[in-house]
Amino acid sequence: MGEAGAETTISAAPDGRAAETVGVPLVPQREALRIEGLARFYGEREALAGVSLSLKEGQTLVVFGPNGAGKTTLLRVLATLLRPHSGSVRIFEHSLPEDAWRVRGRIGLLGHEPLLYRELTARENLRFHARLHGVQEPRVRELLGAVGLDGRADEPLRTLSRGMVQRVAVARAVLHDPWLLLLDEPRANLDPAAIELVDPLIGAASRRTRAISSHDPGGGLAVADVVLGLRDGRPMLLRAAADVDPGEIAELYR
Amino acid sequence: MKPAGTPAVLGALLRKELLVELRTLQSVPGMSLFAVSTFVVFHFALNRTSVSGDPAAGVLWVTLLFAAMLGVNRLFVADAEQGGFDGFLLAPVSRTALLVAKALTLLAYLLVLELIAVPAFGLLLLGSPLGQALPDLLGVLVLADIGIAVIGTFVAALAVQTRARDLLGPLLALPLLVPIVIGAARATEPLLYASHPGHPAGRWLLLLGLYDLVFGLIAYAVFDFLLED
Amino acid sequence: MIPTPTPASRPPGLRTLSIATVVAFCVAYGLVFFYAPIEAEEGFLQKIFYLHVPLAIVTLCGFVLGGLMAIMHLRTRDRNWDLRSYVTIHMSLIFGVGTLITGSIWARGSWGHWWVWSEPTLVSFLIIMLLYATYQPLRFAIEDPERQARYASVFAITAGAFVPLNYAAVNLSTAYLHPRVLGSSSNLPPSMALTLLVALVAIALLFATLCSYELTAKRTRMLLRSRSRILGFQGSGTTERRPDAARETPVPTSAPARAGVHAR
Repeated sequence: MGEAGAETTISAAPDGRAAETVGVPLVPQREALRIEGLARFYGEREALAGVSLSLKEGQTLVVFGPNGAGKTTLLRVLATLLRPHSGSVRIFEHSLPEDAWRVRGRIGLLGHEPLLYRELTARENLRFHARLHGVQEPRVRELLGAVGLDGRADEPLRTLSRGMVQRVAVARAVLHDPWLLLLDEPRANLDPAAIELVDPLIGAASRRTRAISSHDPGGGLAVADVVLGLRDGRPMLLRAAADVDPGEIAELYR
Repeated sequence: MKPAGTPAVLGALLRKELLVELRTLQSVPGMSLFAVSTFVVFHFALNRTSVSGDPAAGVLWVTLLFAAMLGVNRLFVADAEQGGFDGFLLAPVSRTALLVAKALTLLAYLLVLELIAVPAFGLLLLGSPLGQALPDLLGVLVLADIGIAVIGTFVAALAVQTRARDLLGPLLALPLLVPIVIGAARATEPLLYASHPGHPAGRWLLLLGLYDLVFGLIAYAVFDFLLED
Repeated sequence: MIPTPTPASRPPGLRTLSIATVVAFCVAYGLVFFYAPIEAEEGFLQKIFYLHVPLAIVTLCGFVLGGLMAIMHLRTRDRNWDLRSYVTIHMSLIFGVGTLITGSIWARGSWGHWWVWSEPTLVSFLIIMLLYATYQPLRFAIEDPERQARYASVFAITAGAFVPLNYAAVNLSTAYLHPRVLGSSSNLPPSMALTLLVALVAIALLFATLCSYELTAKRTRMLLRSRSRILGFQGSGTTERRPDAARETPVPTSAPARAGVHAR
C-alpha cells in the first residue's frame, strides 16, 4: 500500500481479525461482496436488474458497459448511498440496507464528483472528511504528500486544475483506509504521471478489494479478477477475467 | 478508527459552514443589506417617518422573515452543487447531525442579521429609543430565531433537491412560520412604544417556545428520510 | 415498489360506499331543510352551516389522515400508502376549497363581509390551505418517483402535525382581541346538533367514496400501463429489441412476478 507509518488505529474486521495493514497478506477466503438478484428501479424503469456476483477480499471487480447501463448505480448501491429495491447485497458479511451503518466507514468512493468544496483548500477539505470519519491529522498530511499536493494544499480548490482536484478526491477516498474501494472511471481527469502517483493508493498495488467501472477494455481487463458487463441494467457477462477476451467487452457497446 | 463522536462531527460541520460562508460571503451580507433596504422601502410605502407598537412589530418581523428566506434558499446549495451530501452520507455519522449543524448555522446567520437590522430599524423607522426594551427584545429574537432556524433548515432540505427550489422554499416556509410571526410580533409590540415600553406577555413566549420544541422534534424525526436514497 | 392492485375486478365495498353516501345525503339534507329549525338571527342562509362545518371537519381530518398514511409509507416503504396519502390530501384540498367558499358565503350572509379575520377557525384554515397548496407543486418538482413519494410523505407528516399547532396559535392570537362570532357547537339546541351530526356523516361518506374512486382509477391506470408495456414485447429473452419499441424501457420477463410481489 506504500503508506507506511499510518497513525490511524484500524479496528478489527467483522470476524475479529485485524484488517489489512502494511505488508500483511490478506486472508484470501473471506468474502468481500455477495450480491444476489439486486434490482434498483427509477420509477418504472430498471436501473439494475438481476445482478448477482461474489467477490473475495483483495480481488478487483471491473464493470463494463455503455453509458446508462447501470455502472454508477451499482457502485452507488455498494457505497450505501442507494438502497437496493430487491435482492440482497452483503458487504463483508453485513447486509444492506439494515446494516449499512456498520460498513459505512469502511467504504471509499471515488465517483464523478470529487465531493469537495471549491472554496476550501485541499487541507481543509481533507481535514473535514477526516473529522467526519474520526481520522487523525497526521493522516491528512501523509496523504497530501502521497498525492503530491504538499505545495498547493493551502489554496482554495477552485484555483487548482481538474487533475489536481481529482488527486485530492483520491486522497479523500482512501483517507479512512477503507476495506472496499469503489472507483467510477478513476482515470478520468488524471494524466499518466498522476495515475502513477495514485496507483499505490487506489491501484492494484494497494491490495484493497476494489470495484471499478471502466470504459477501457484493455486496461480494465489487465487489473480485473472478475469482470461484469452490464447493458440497460442487466448483467450480460460475468466471468473470471482470465476467461474474457476484449472482443466480448466491445460487444456490450454495440 | 475510533468512530467520531457527535460533538466532534457537529464541530467539523460547523467549522466547514463558517469557513465556506467567510470565503464566499453569500448569505449574511445579502440578508442584512436586504433588511436595511426593506426598511427604507417601508418608509416610503407607509408614508411615515416613524412607527410604533403593532405596525412597528409587523414591519420588523416581516422584514426579518423575508431576509431569513434569503438565507434559507442558500443553505444547502453549496452542498447540493458540490456533492457535499454524498461526502457526508458516506461517513459513519448520524444523519441528524447535519440537521443540527445547519440549523445552528442558520441561527448564527439570523443573529448576525439582527445585530445589523435591529439597530437599523431603531434608527430608520422606530419612533422611540430601544434602550430599555433591549433585554426583552433579545429574548424574543432568540426564541423566534430558533423556530425560524429549524423550519428554515427543514424547508431548505426539502426544497434543495427539487426543480423550483428558490420558489418552493419560501412557499413552504411562510405558512409554517405563521405561528412564529404571531408569537414574535405580539411579544415585541409592547416593547416598541415611546412612552412606557412594557414587557412581552408570557403567553406569546410560551407559544414560541412550544412551537420551537414541537417543530424541532418533528424535524428531528423526519430529517433522515430527506437525506437517504 | 410500484403499487399495483390485485387483478380483482372492483374493490369490494365501492358500490356499498356509494349507496351509503347517497342515502346519508338524502337523510342529512332532508333533515336540514325539513327538520332543523330556522335560526332566529341569520335566517335561512344559516343552513349553509350544515355544509360548511362538516366540510371543514372532514377536510382537517383528511389532512391529518394523510399524514398518518405518510407515516405508514415511510415505515413500510410500501408505495400503496403513498398513493393513499396523496389521494386523501388531494381530496382534502378540494373539500377545503369548498369549506372556504361556503364559509365566505356564510360570512357574507351573516355580517356582510366576504372575509372575517376575527374567526380563528377560518383564518387558521386559510393558512393550512396555503400550506397544502404547495403539496402538488412539491411533488411535481421532483422527478425521481421514489424520492417524490418520500419527500411528499415527509411534507404530509409535518403539515399534518402543523394543523393542530396552527389552530392553537391562531386561536390564541384572536381570542384576546375579538369575541368569537361563530358560536361553538356546544351551544346548539339538540335538533341542530343532530342535523349537524348526520350531515357530518354524509360528508365523511362522500369523502371516503370519492377517495375510493380516485384510488381505484389511479391503480387501474397503473395496471393498464404495466400490462401494455408487457404486451409491447413478444417472446424475447434476449436483449434484442424491436425497433419501434426502441424508446420503451426494456421489460423484464419477470414483470408479472414483480407485479405480483408488490401487489397487496
